[in-house]
Amino acid sequence: MPPATGGGLAESELRPRRGRCGHQAARAAGWDVAATAAARNPKRPARGSRRFETASRWALLALVTLLSFATRFHRLDEPPHICWDETHFGKMGSYYINRTFFFDVHPPLGKMLIGLAGYLSGYDGTFLFQKPGDKYEHHSYMGMRGFCAFLGSWLVPFAYLTVLDLSKSLSAALLTAALLTFDTGCLTLSQYILLDPILMFFIMAAMLSMVKYNSCADRPFSAPWWFWLSLTGVSLAGALGVKFVGLFIILQVGLNTIADLWYLFGDLSLSLVTMGKHVTARVLCLIVLPLALYTATFAVHFMVLSKSGPGDGFFSSAFQARLSGNNLHNASIPEHLAYGSVITVKNLQMAIGYLHSHRHLYPEGIGARQQQVTTYLHKDYNNLWIIKKHNTNSDPLDPSFPVEFVRHGDIIRLEHKETSRNLHSHYHEAPLTRKHYQVTGYGINGTGDSNDFWRIEVVNRKFGNQIKVLRSRIRLIHLVTGCVLGSSGKVLPKWGWEQLEVTCTPYLKETLNSIWNVEDHINPKLPNISLNVLQPSFPEILLESHMVMIWGNNGLKPKDNEFTSKPWHWPINYQGLRFSGVNDTDFRVYLLGNPVVWWLNLLSIALYLLSGSIIAIAMQRGTRVPAEVAGLSQVLLRGGGQVLLGWMLHYFPFFLMGRVLYFHHYFPAMLFSSMLTGILWDTLLRLCAWGLASWPLARGIHVVGILSLLLGTAYSFYLFHPLAYGMVGPLAQDPQSPMAGLRWLDSWEF
Amino acid sequence: MWGFLKRPLVVTADINLHLVALTGMGLLSRLWQLTYPRAVVFDEVYYGQYISFYMKRIFFLDDSGPPFGHMVLALGGYLGGFDGNFLWNRIGAEYTSNVPVWSLRLLPALAGALSVPMAYQIVLELRFSHCAAVGAALLMLIENALITQSRLMLLESVLIFFNLLAVLSYLKFFNCQKLSPFSLSWWFWLTLTGVACSCAVGVKYMGVFTYLLMLVVAAVHAWHLIGDQTLSNVRVFCHLLARAVALLVIPAVLYLLFFYIHLIVLFRSGPHDQIMSSAFQASLEGGLARITQGQPLEVAFGSQVTLRSVFGKPVPCWLHSHQNTYPMIYENGRGSSHQQQVTCYPFKDVNNWWIVKDPRRHQLVVSSPPRPVRHGDMVQLVHGMTARSLNTHDVAAPMSPHSQEVSCYIDYNISMPAQNLWRLEIVNRRSDTEVWKTILSEVRFVHVNTSAVLKLSGAHLPDWGFRQLEIVGEKLSRGYHESTVWNVEEHRYGTSQEQKEREWELNSPVQVDASRNLSFMARFSELQWRMLVLRSDDSEHKYSSSPLEWVTLDTNIAYWLHPRTSAQIHLLGNIVIWVSGSLALAVYTLLFLWYLLRRRRNVHDLPQDAWLRWVLAGALCAGGWAVNYLPFFLMEKTLFLYHYLPALTFQILLLPVVLQHISDHLCRSQLQRSVFGALVVAWYSSACHVSNTLRPLTYGDKSLSPEELKALRWKDSWDILIRKH
Repeated sequence: MPPATGGGLAESELRPRRGRCGHQAARAAGWDVAATAAARNPKRPARGSRRFETASRWALLALVTLLSFATRFHRLDEPPHICWDETHFGKMGSYYINRTFFFDVHPPLGKMLIGLAGYLSGYDGTFLFQKPGDKYEHHSYMGMRGFCAFLGSWLVPFAYLTVLDLSKSLSAALLTAALLTFDTGCLTLSQYILLDPILMFFIMAAMLSMVKYNSCADRPFSAPWWFWLSLTGVSLAGALGVKFVGLFIILQVGLNTIADLWYLFGDLSLSLVTMGKHVTARVLCLIVLPLALYTATFAVHFMVLSKSGPGDGFFSSAFQARLSGNNLHNASIPEHLAYGSVITVKNLQMAIGYLHSHRHLYPEGIGARQQQVTTYLHKDYNNLWIIKKHNTNSDPLDPSFPVEFVRHGDIIRLEHKETSRNLHSHYHEAPLTRKHYQVTGYGINGTGDSNDFWRIEVVNRKFGNQIKVLRSRIRLIHLVTGCVLGSSGKVLPKWGWEQLEVTCTPYLKETLNSIWNVEDHINPKLPNISLNVLQPSFPEILLESHMVMIWGNNGLKPKDNEFTSKPWHWPINYQGLRFSGVNDTDFRVYLLGNPVVWWLNLLSIALYLLSGSIIAIAMQRGTRVPAEVAGLSQVLLRGGGQVLLGWMLHYFPFFLMGRVLYFHHYFPAMLFSSMLTGILWDTLLRLCAWGLASWPLARGIHVVGILSLLLGTAYSFYLFHPLAYGMVGPLAQDPQSPMAGLRWLDSWEF
Repeated sequence: MWGFLKRPLVVTADINLHLVALTGMGLLSRLWQLTYPRAVVFDEVYYGQYISFYMKRIFFLDDSGPPFGHMVLALGGYLGGFDGNFLWNRIGAEYTSNVPVWSLRLLPALAGALSVPMAYQIVLELRFSHCAAVGAALLMLIENALITQSRLMLLESVLIFFNLLAVLSYLKFFNCQKLSPFSLSWWFWLTLTGVACSCAVGVKYMGVFTYLLMLVVAAVHAWHLIGDQTLSNVRVFCHLLARAVALLVIPAVLYLLFFYIHLIVLFRSGPHDQIMSSAFQASLEGGLARITQGQPLEVAFGSQVTLRSVFGKPVPCWLHSHQNTYPMIYENGRGSSHQQQVTCYPFKDVNNWWIVKDPRRHQLVVSSPPRPVRHGDMVQLVHGMTARSLNTHDVAAPMSPHSQEVSCYIDYNISMPAQNLWRLEIVNRRSDTEVWKTILSEVRFVHVNTSAVLKLSGAHLPDWGFRQLEIVGEKLSRGYHESTVWNVEEHRYGTSQEQKEREWELNSPVQVDASRNLSFMARFSELQWRMLVLRSDDSEHKYSSSPLEWVTLDTNIAYWLHPRTSAQIHLLGNIVIWVSGSLALAVYTLLFLWYLLRRRRNVHDLPQDAWLRWVLAGALCAGGWAVNYLPFFLMEKTLFLYHYLPALTFQILLLPVVLQHISDHLCRSQLQRSVFGALVVAWYSSACHVSNTLRPLTYGDKSLSPEELKALRWKDSWDILIRKH
């Protein structure tokens, strides 16, 4: 058991106020005391000038912010046409304004904010956003771009404040701010209707508030502490709500919190009750609060998008019943399946769609040359099938026959309504999944052979032996071969219109791919009932939309023989992205990092790893160093380490991802990398200055070094600014182009 | 209890007896009736063909793992005098008399048998009791899945052997460290760790996980060593250097050595040649080498060449053209230039020949002396059989409408001029004036008018294009991609001026004279790269399973069924061991967290040395389980139950550790201890009972009745084969 703390609440409340600082100093035995001493500016201001110093700090922050806003808003309206992914996110913003339902692989917050910005700035959602290059004309787009640029502009002051807090050094913070302000990549990415500025805003906000609440650790449960802690939670929810990349910053905050709690837990002066309060506060602010906000964004998303739209087919029948305009909304259809009913059959696996056939044959060489059977995500007449008895071909809709319901275990035939061919399978290999059997449409006017017979089975039989529309989960088993009708989810080539492959699988393993439900159901002989029972609960919708999003993300696979961006390209700024324009007459914008900034960042990471390990080994060997050096090393190891962790978390996971990757995925990592550069160079220059202290101009080294870095980045920005603000005229290969000398890598295309 | 250790003579004798007994039992369980069944069992069909390739010295490429594992199996075949003549095509096929089944299965079985005494030694080196160590070995002994997997010509038991060897030798080394650093045994065990690690990686890529674990553990120990201020800087440096050499350099060198032997042994060309580059193929005996020997090295104006796509996906193919033209209107209504088709064709054909022409001259023969083509030169490519030249223009390609169509130019007099100039870029050039070389140079053709690049799009043309592969001009050449790169494979200096003569010349075989050799490193890097990127497309198997099913043994694999009776072999674990292994892991994790938190609050439940032992055992055993199991969740390939076996062995090692810990530290009184001991004995006998019950499925030696088989189907998900008569 831990030692009793005795004092009760009052005392344990008081203790932590000094607790952490004091303990830290004691633990690090000298390294830390020095940290606080040395980390302050070497030119320690006299008492009288403190007010002046505070004022100048604020002025500097204001200057940085102003510069950032000025660069981001400069020429924001150009080009007045759709650039790159604006076509997606602008369109999705319009969907929100029009309240039509759509499907996207990212969570909704970012697009919702874009839609809101458009709505507030008077955009009416009528622009079609068809393809990049379309002119906006009279449509108001500046509201949406302005909103993204506004959020993007905050990145620089956020980075400035974060570095300032981590390193306690104005020059490091200034250097970071300059790197980001003058980076053409960050600038370009902030100027358009994209999710990235919103995402990066929340990531940096989370990082800043995390750092701030760390520095409040000596005053736990005070107002600022609560403020920053809950702000961290809010920003995390924001980041995750924009893209799943937000998970990386959540991971970082999580690791930081665990380390923090571990540290507090080892502080024996804290009672377990206080510990409990610490844990609860973090659980509340960093888990419960973000989850609640994140769920809330989805609630708003579902509330706003109440009309049927292009995304319906991706979701289950029950989900679609919520959307007004969808044929399942407030629909009333016969409840039990009977012979002669016309039905659509939907696969239960996400985003496979409806059983479909059309008047095209499988091409020669691919199984038997019979009619194709596929699955199709969109609603279409070719999805309609008539359910018939296997042995009679009489029209069951003839009023003289009594209604006969289909039951579990019946042998049936499914006739395609448009082409009158039967669902058929045989011992030919399926087009893509070679180990399965091919499924075709066969026969003329409903007359085929015994390979058209299927046994219909209800899985679990929750609702008895009859087959309920929408709710019964059914399997179709081919009578002759004993295989199960399923969809492999693979996309057929051009001859199959890129619909999905349907196969008959001999492996009887139960997967959702081989389970179906009946969605539409037309039978004039049966009474219609209302479908209100279907309304799924909110948690169900939430879960389903997440499953579909994850599926969608996994589906974005690169093809062979395609040029794709590889993660190792990114930090070396190997290749940019064309935002707008190809030919020399076009207005061209090219997303490319400022090479000076990026290559400096790359160099800094290597240098950091080197200097960091030297210092760590020296510390482990117990080398005695003067206080000032010890303090600087602490800044390098602690502050730099935190930022390096951020860079690694936002970069390395991409190596494991199978989906298509793009250059702009690197930008969150690039923010961290720039912060690392700021901290590293400032610290190294100070160490240099200290090492040469005997030399009269030693102090100058630091000032000169920082100044030249600042001016260097500013000059490189002057050189490369046309990339972001747009260029017209000959391409850079042409010696007459103003950018002629700047195509430093052959892979850049501007 | 520890005083007992201080009497070396007695202790040594004791260990030996244990070891001898365990080894004997291990050998007995693994080698008993090794040649039964005398038929191909499950993946033997897969490994067997590679053994045959080794025996016949034919080059092959297998993406499943580095060559060391295959070589170990082939060694068995070599020792048994196998001539490689067996058709490995069907599971269950009877072995012919020339197949030395016993010696082929011997090495995996030996590896499996030796795992038993090694488990004993590992637990002992972790400083746990003899009792626990014997327990670990006995569990290994009766684990049915391990027995099945070791008795066949499969690689998992070899992998497990090297995994355990790496752990054992590291522990021996670590225990030497305190007593006698830099002694002979210290060096021996350290080196053996590196060797075992690289052997494990060499058997299967999966071995990398154990290797990484050992590296991490070694790094943590080295970090403590750096912090040890009683050692001088020089000594610390020596320590680090020794570890770096043994754990980084030696494994790397050994890994290369495996490939070196592999490539030395396999010098004949074979069925997998096509996947490799022309240069690689030319280094093998027979096959392409027979054709390319004696070709002129430098491509000159007038040379006749075949151009092979370096990318080779979806299939390796050569630039090709034929009389047929693109259809005037495609199915989807787009129009074409109606000029002669240019495709990529995966077979050798006379229509694959092209003539490199100097645009400034008219002649199609090599002048004397030959004028070599250099990087940056302008060339025209004239199709040998039709004498039309390669052309591209601003017409959408048939299957990839974003790229340009490539054709052989026919002048229809419709104001569509020929655009048949190409600039040659040698991708792997050393200088900017390098000469275009047969086989060795990788080149791109950049179109002069449109700066499009000649590219293999990967799409198949429809019927009108005879399902050959589509060739396009890629307008936006975003950087380097292998699908735009070509190399000359067959080459000769053209001599005939007339078209008729030339056609005859093209149809005649190329003459022969010298050979070109690739350095080992070039061959190694190409082979390794191809192995890593080669993807087998079939992703479904009747017995494939997901990692979640492994922990609870919800799945099995039917390996073999007797052709007439219902005797059968299954990969099926001892369910008692699997479940208790997972339980032990959970108990370990909970206890570890509990102790860790309490120590943080300065409550020391365990004495320091017991705590350190507990942590080290956890790092190696629980860590070993985690690194060998969790990565499978990220993998997209087809997974089988046997992938879990390495992780399972680590779990088995953890079991006695946890049991002893409970008995030593959590049982408060002697009575509790005795009761606990009795429980453990009861538990172990139940494991033995289960093992014995499942024995017919492990050895496949007894034909069971359908009722007996049904009785063995303890889980619905187990697929036990019951004959319907």
